Amino acid sequence: MKKLSLIMLVLLIGFSVYSQDDEKRGRRLPSIDLRNADGEPFNTADISNDGKPIILSFWALWCKPCIKELNTISDEYIDWQEETGVKLIAVSVDDARSTSKVKPFADGNDWDYEILLDVNGDFKRAMNVNMIPHTFILDGDGNVVWQHTSYSEGGELQIIENVRKIIAGQEIDAH
Amino acid sequence: MKNLIPVLITGLTLIFSGAQAQNFVDYGKVTGSFQFDGQYYMEDDKLGITDSTLDGKLFRFNGFGNIIYTNGNFRAGFRYEAYLPPIAGYNQKYEGHGIPYYFAEYQFKNIQITVGNFYEQFGNGLVLRSYEEWTLGYDNSIRGARVKIQPYKGIALKGLIGTQRYYWEPYANGNRGIVKGIDAEFYLNDMFNGMADAKTKIILGGSFVSNYEKVKDKTLVRDTVIYKYILPSNVAAYAGRLQLIYGGFQFNGEYAYKINNPSAMNNYIYKNGESMLATLSYSRKGLGISLSGKRIDNMSYKSRSSELGEALDINYLPPLTNPQTYSLATIYPYATQPNGEIGIQAKVNYMIPKRSKLGGKYGTRIELNYSNIFNIDKQPVAAGIPVDSTGTLGYKSDFFTIGQPKYFESFDVLLNKKFNSKFKMILSYVYQAYNIDVIEGHTGEPIVYTNIAIADLTYRFTPTKSLRFEYQQLFTQQDRGDWVMALLEFNIAPKWFFTVFDEYNYGNPDKDMQLHYYSAAMAFVQGTSRIALSYGRQREGLLCVGGVCRAVPAANGVTLTISSSF
Repeated sequence: MKKLSLIMLVLLIGFSVYSQDDEKRGRRLPSIDLRNADGEPFNTADISNDGKPIILSFWALWCKPCIKELNTISDEYIDWQEETGVKLIAVSVDDARSTSKVKPFADGNDWDYEILLDVNGDFKRAMNVNMIPHTFILDGDGNVVWQHTSYSEGGELQIIENVRKIIAGQEIDAH
Repeated sequence: MKNLIPVLITGLTLIFSGAQAQNFVDYGKVTGSFQFDGQYYMEDDKLGITDSTLDGKLFRFNGFGNIIYTNGNFRAGFRYEAYLPPIAGYNQKYEGHGIPYYFAEYQFKNIQITVGNFYEQFGNGLVLRSYEEWTLGYDNSIRGARVKIQPYKGIALKGLIGTQRYYWEPYANGNRGIVKGIDAEFYLNDMFNGMADAKTKIILGGSFVSNYEKVKDKTLVRDTVIYKYILPSNVAAYAGRLQLIYGGFQFNGEYAYKINNPSAMNNYIYKNGESMLATLSYSRKGLGISLSGKRIDNMSYKSRSSELGEALDINYLPPLTNPQTYSLATIYPYATQPNGEIGIQAKVNYMIPKRSKLGGKYGTRIELNYSNIFNIDKQPVAAGIPVDSTGTLGYKSDFFTIGQPKYFESFDVLLNKKFNSKFKMILSYVYQAYNIDVIEGHTGEPIVYTNIAIADLTYRFTPTKSLRFEYQQLFTQQDRGDWVMALLEFNIAPKWFFTVFDEYNYGNPDKDMQLHYYSAAMAFVQGTSRIALSYGRQREGLLCVGGVCRAVPAANGVTLTISSSF
């Protein structure tokens, strides 16, 4: 069994190194069936923002730092949009306990984000999200070019900084 | 070990095909994630942790690695898990390591086929939901095959068959049930052109699930008479759901029914089960209101009738309570009672507008929540037969009658205010009534009534340096008495976190147990990688995510968590 763990470890490391080499090319979103805020069927392949960058933020009603992050961005969001045209999509990983409370919560907090419901974590798993908040930035072509996990005050500055770099056509560090 | 073979094949195929067919690499993409949680335990006389209770297992380790390969319409992946041995509080049946999860998936136009393990939810999950929650050690993934078809726009069909994960025990000789299920969903506005622009949107759905388990008939002795019970081998459940959307209004309702399913969970009664969940909500920018009602009647549904633990659940029964996030408010968390409960929840989110007198420059966010949950009404099936007697129909229950006792009640208020670019404040008050007798099985103990006050203040020195202070106080006359908690957190965004906190049970009626649960932690984050190290005492309690709870024992020690994804 020890050998087995070793093999797995080597595979993991191998894949991670291999993948990092590859990172600059970015990767596309997988095609996963979700729901939009109203509960209508929605496929992640349809995520788009007219060639402008997208912020994809995984959150849940039970996740305090997630809500803090989204509230903080919400206060700046109009400015962000005017400046960069960026769109934030807040993917809730709440399960059936809270699925139908997500939209009232987002509206009640005055959020202007597009909301998606990942009711059984399919999108979360496909995107390898271990912990939330977990934020991705997609460039205008829909490639994942940056991601980050956790949030503390000021973390939002790094997000908008990277969005600005994408708009300006500058290289960004994938992490 | 048998499970390993297909995975190795997949893995090797990936590697070799990479070398042979450049296309496979050029268009393919490997992503993944891993996490290691290690805990080093120390003796603690006050908590009653000695060398013998630790059993020499001073270091415990949970870890996983997840790999997904994607190439166009093809996806495959696996997850390796190791529990060497499992961290305290996790089911010890997890001890060991291996590959409990692997799959291959192909999408061909409107058809998607998955073989291997998968997670699935029909509707709200009342008759079928498989999912995993790493922090709880919960995983009931189904291994088998699943097909999803969209034969016509607006119509989605799913069918599946398989067996559920039970720790490391392989499926053999009918040691658990085979689960089969179909689900159909119709989005009428997509199906009919005439409805495409209608203001009212309608989604209808229905599911049918069946579990086949080869069960031996059971003999039980009551009043010196030996009874032989014939247990059903096939247990079916079905559900129908309706969703209506009209402007800012939404209705979401589901009703589920299960045929008689005598099991260890319901004390082997032959009653049919049913469950109802409905939510009506209204929202517009700045205001959100939701009202939910739920009734559960004998609705535990597992793929092994003798199973009593948190495993092999086929369905999911969500609790209608507000998920609490501040630590003292999580001491008494509610867990769904699958044998029967009736309850309501009301939740309001409101933002006092920006630049208004009351709202201030940034507005003020307000949240209110009320939940109240009781037992369902249970009357004897006949005179002289106590409710829930094994081998009987159990009880009679009127659908709309509220039973006794009360299980849970809570009222929460939360105020969230940003004063300026430097200072933010969250204030919260939580009232709870918690039936510790039913929820935690502390027989005969009275209902715990708590009043909790919370303050969460954040001050930003510079755009990325901030200090956060949390103060919480819990008042109760019952159980372990009053608590106070204080936390200080210094953050340098987006990379560094430093936290110290102390929970002090100063009101414990047992003077020896008036303990401090202190802890210090730091975390470093680089992109998606997070390394966290903490040292301290961990309070005994229930850790709940979604509807599932795990008992966490008291502990003292060092915890290291490393998590990353790529």
